Amino acid sequence: MRYIDDYRDGLLMKELVGEIRKISVSPVVLMEVCGSHTMAIHKFGIQSLLPPAIRLVSGPGCPVCVSSMGFVDKAIALSRMDHAITVTYGDLIRVPGSESSLEKERSNGSDIRIIYSLLEALVIAKNNPEHPVIFPAIGFETTAPATAAVVKKAAKEEIHNFFVLSAHKIMSPVLKALVDGPLKIDGFLAPGHVSAITGSSIYQELADKYGRCVVISGFEPVDIFQSIRMLINQVNSRQPRVEIEYSRVVKPEGNPAARRIMNEVFEPADEIWRGFGNIPLSGLKFRKEYDRFDAEKIFPVKVPEFHEPAGCRCGEVLRGMIDPTACSLFAVSCTPDNPIGACMISSEGTCAAYYKYRKLT
Amino acid sequence: MCLAIPAKVHQVNGDSALVSIGNVEYKASLLLLKDVKEGDYIMLHAGFAIEKVDKKEAARMLALFREIEDSKTT
Repeated sequence: MRYIDDYRDGLLMKELVGEIRKISVSPVVLMEVCGSHTMAIHKFGIQSLLPPAIRLVSGPGCPVCVSSMGFVDKAIALSRMDHAITVTYGDLIRVPGSESSLEKERSNGSDIRIIYSLLEALVIAKNNPEHPVIFPAIGFETTAPATAAVVKKAAKEEIHNFFVLSAHKIMSPVLKALVDGPLKIDGFLAPGHVSAITGSSIYQELADKYGRCVVISGFEPVDIFQSIRMLINQVNSRQPRVEIEYSRVVKPEGNPAARRIMNEVFEPADEIWRGFGNIPLSGLKFRKEYDRFDAEKIFPVKVPEFHEPAGCRCGEVLRGMIDPTACSLFAVSCTPDNPIGACMISSEGTCAAYYKYRKLT
Repeated sequence: MCLAIPAKVHQVNGDSALVSIGNVEYKASLLLLKDVKEGDYIMLHAGFAIEKVDKKEAARMLALFREIEDSKTT
């Protein structure tokens, strides 16, 4: 397929790996901060082709994995309301709250529908005017503008039965929390599609103030090898900066129109992240002008305090502190068929990627 | 979650466009991206076009990559 096949060229990858081997001189830790990067790295066995001095670790880039259990509990409580219709992206449906999941609620009779585009939710809302249609929203800057655009459309079309439970998050505060943390990260493989919206400036502080190397990367293996090569060159030159490898999609200024829509509907607010706890101003909540769409305000529910399942080390995995194999539950009691932690449940979670592709790496 | 795939634009109709991904056709929303034309490639995420694929930049980067390859073989 156009813009995919060229970036899976074996010969080109071999050359890039050769270049990386040549320039790799000292041990470095590189973190990828996007679930799609995690999947690509494991699927294509990228770590196994790198010299041992280069260690790739996964970060908190899977929105399902970093969503707090309290958020899932709220979504479940709302799905149990009389006449409620819950619409959700497929990623969220299996994630357990403290005692259930949306999938279990659906088999118990709740009306829970999987959508691909949020615009489908407006059609459902129009066709069911007596039913509150509730969307538990997760995702970073890639996804949040779409939510905002649909909220604006609902406002314009005077749809009064569409509501959003927002757990949208933004990328830069969690990156700062990571560099303030105990793991020494030399460089970041920055998320390509988040950056398509935000542009490259959100990473500038990481380079200028914290001395970390940053390369915004595409998702095909040639992209990832090229980005690793650019990162190693940055580390070797001792000149940390922000570079764009994924230049066919990411512009330095990002997509200002999408950001404008996102910022018109949402404003930054404190947000709980699994594995990190509260990170100031890392979430997106409704601005006053749009609070009639805010499910949290319209349908206030109390949920129990959040506890990780016993023995689950998801939190440490999300901060890059341990590999999934260091967790005693991994591949023993916690498997994709019987997941315990969020990192195994999401198809792009680090534990799921390790489990699925472990023979390759 | 932040997955986006390249799709070719066939027809623009106001706020939406008919696009294809391989042999699959889809009606993509253009609420987040303006100035889309027939023949463009867009990145499609959860039903929305979030950015255009810059054809020149794609060709330039690939040519750069190929240079490494060529410098080895010649």
